[in-house]
Amino acid sequence: MRPRRIAADFQVVVRSYLRNPVALFFSLIFPIILIALFGLIFSGVGNSPVSVQVLNLDHNSAVSQEFLYDLNQTSVVKVQFVNWNETQFASLLGRNDDPIGLVIPDGFQANYTARTPVAVTVYTDPEDAADSGAVLGAVQGVSNYFNLNASGGSEIVTIEQKYVGSQVFSYIDYLIPGLIGFSILTSPMFSMVDVAASYRKEGIFRQLSLTPLTRAEWLTSHFLWYMGLTIVTAGIMIGAGLVLFGAHVNVTLGLIPFLIVGPLFFVSLGMLAGSVARTPESAALIGNIITFPMMFLSGTFFQVSDFPPALQSFAHILPLYYVIDGMNQVMLFSNTTRALTDLLIVLVGSIVVFLLAIRFFTWRDE
Amino acid sequence: MVDAIEVSHLVKRYGELAAVNDVSFSVRAGTVFSFLGPNGAGKTTTTEILEGLRRSTSGEVRALGLDPWTDATELHRRIGVIPQDFRFFEKITPREAVRYYGELFGTAPDPDRLLERVQLADKAGSRFDTLSGGQKQKLGLALALTNNPEVCFLDEPTTGLDPTARRAIWEVIRTLKSEGRTVFLTTHYLEEAELLADSVAIIHHGRIIAAGTPAEIIATHGRPEHLRFQAAPALADYLRPKLGLRVTAADGRVDVELSSKADALRVLAAVEASGLPWASFSTAQDTLEDVFVRLVGQMDEGTLKSEGAA
Repeated sequence: MRPRRIAADFQVVVRSYLRNPVALFFSLIFPIILIALFGLIFSGVGNSPVSVQVLNLDHNSAVSQEFLYDLNQTSVVKVQFVNWNETQFASLLGRNDDPIGLVIPDGFQANYTARTPVAVTVYTDPEDAADSGAVLGAVQGVSNYFNLNASGGSEIVTIEQKYVGSQVFSYIDYLIPGLIGFSILTSPMFSMVDVAASYRKEGIFRQLSLTPLTRAEWLTSHFLWYMGLTIVTAGIMIGAGLVLFGAHVNVTLGLIPFLIVGPLFFVSLGMLAGSVARTPESAALIGNIITFPMMFLSGTFFQVSDFPPALQSFAHILPLYYVIDGMNQVMLFSNTTRALTDLLIVLVGSIVVFLLAIRFFTWRDE
Repeated sequence: MVDAIEVSHLVKRYGELAAVNDVSFSVRAGTVFSFLGPNGAGKTTTTEILEGLRRSTSGEVRALGLDPWTDATELHRRIGVIPQDFRFFEKITPREAVRYYGELFGTAPDPDRLLERVQLADKAGSRFDTLSGGQKQKLGLALALTNNPEVCFLDEPTTGLDPTARRAIWEVIRTLKSEGRTVFLTTHYLEEAELLADSVAIIHHGRIIAAGTPAEIIATHGRPEHLRFQAAPALADYLRPKLGLRVTAADGRVDVELSSKADALRVLAAVEASGLPWASFSTAQDTLEDVFVRLVGQMDEGTLKSEGAA
């Protein structure tokens, strides 16, 4: 390995890339488009309170108002008063954009004061089990509190809410490491597979084999380029996430090892896939077979912890999972031990794949 | 004088097929050697074995005293190769390409001077994908020279080039020889070989069918000098019994082979006496191309006959 030859080849790689406007556009603008697009589609999911249409038949009595006030304070429910006719409530609710409703019956205050059982009615939406469940839970909680008060008891068990880590994360916070992982995977994989197959077909490898440049040097210069590209892309993505969506991610130097080892893994894997293929067409196919499952199942757009168990186990054999998980640990959870474990897994994998790529990628024929 | 290249009993098999079958020849250092043969004859395979790009099945091969396959790294520092249909990184300019090769070889060539040598100085700053076929080939030649090679392998360097570009490449080949380098030239164009080569080998169906200087090959395998008339075959029929010389008619021409210079006058007198019409006459000698076409043709006929007999 001679630094001088690596530097010379690196220069050729950089020039080839920078003089290709389409490639440049995709590398620099694509990350922003991805962040903006997915950020807009998914922002706010799971955060906003559920709108509940409330029909108060108890003539705005003090107790009913207190009940609804407490419900609103849960931050799970957003009370919206309606003046619908009681008999048409269900059908009007069905046509509403937020088809979850609550009816406070006439005589609610009178019954409550007299300690006579009284029922509030919750209309739930079978198509939205999550929201319906959340509203039911909130109404149940407030009712329990009122029951407790009425019987003169006091709360014995209370709940103190704490978040895992130091704060609550929104989709965009997970999206940033996910999409950095996405570009660590896709940009080297797609182009290295193509380069490996087309350079062989065009005789460029043959040409290079007649020079002192070694395969390890050639692969190293390509790795250096994709590492640089990944660091720039990650910077753009983090910047876009912070500016456009106010993301909460730690921007620390701890991210850098992943931006180095990740590209090393996928540059080598792309080269390996391109080398075992006999034609550019089959190379593209092999590349896609490797890339597509990882593109969606490694925690890029969706968190792996939301997957069904079988799919989670599958995700754990994908190398990109450890890259993204490691970045999540660094950028979100500040869990250094787990980040280091992830890094070690990717590093060992990278070295193995790099050596395999050099073994299988031959300049000349037997 | 030392041999730059020695090949003895070289065999390269692909399964059952012997692409190169017991080939032996040598190339003296400082000469231009031309390797000729029809497509698929085994030229490229032999050349690639010499360049260390392909492994031989058996036989002995030495280039600059080295085994091309096992000593490839050392060999590649001392040879220059332009492959057929030279390709390079599309967005890189010739000047950058020469610098790149210079860095790889650890030599520091002056890119503009080197490009001037191959007559590409005016395109030094143009990207490879904008160059014409001839200009690309010239860049290949320039890159093959960045390491100041002792042997230059040129694989059909002028195929597909216009006459001006071909002459430019010939000029470079002559210069290479004058600098004391050995040139191993593979070509389809026999006039090119005749013009440039000190020695020639013709390969066909994986075997060498003729070798030596162009003059030796013509002397051995060519027909004697002949007089050529633009005339109908009737003239040939008239001349044959009169002269006792070999007379052939083809393509509106009648050729009379001369056994000595003095025969020429006898032939002319007989033609004049025939009273048959004829347009013009000239003397002609077989070129390397005539010999090549005849040898390859004879061999293919022989193959067909033996196949028919079997």
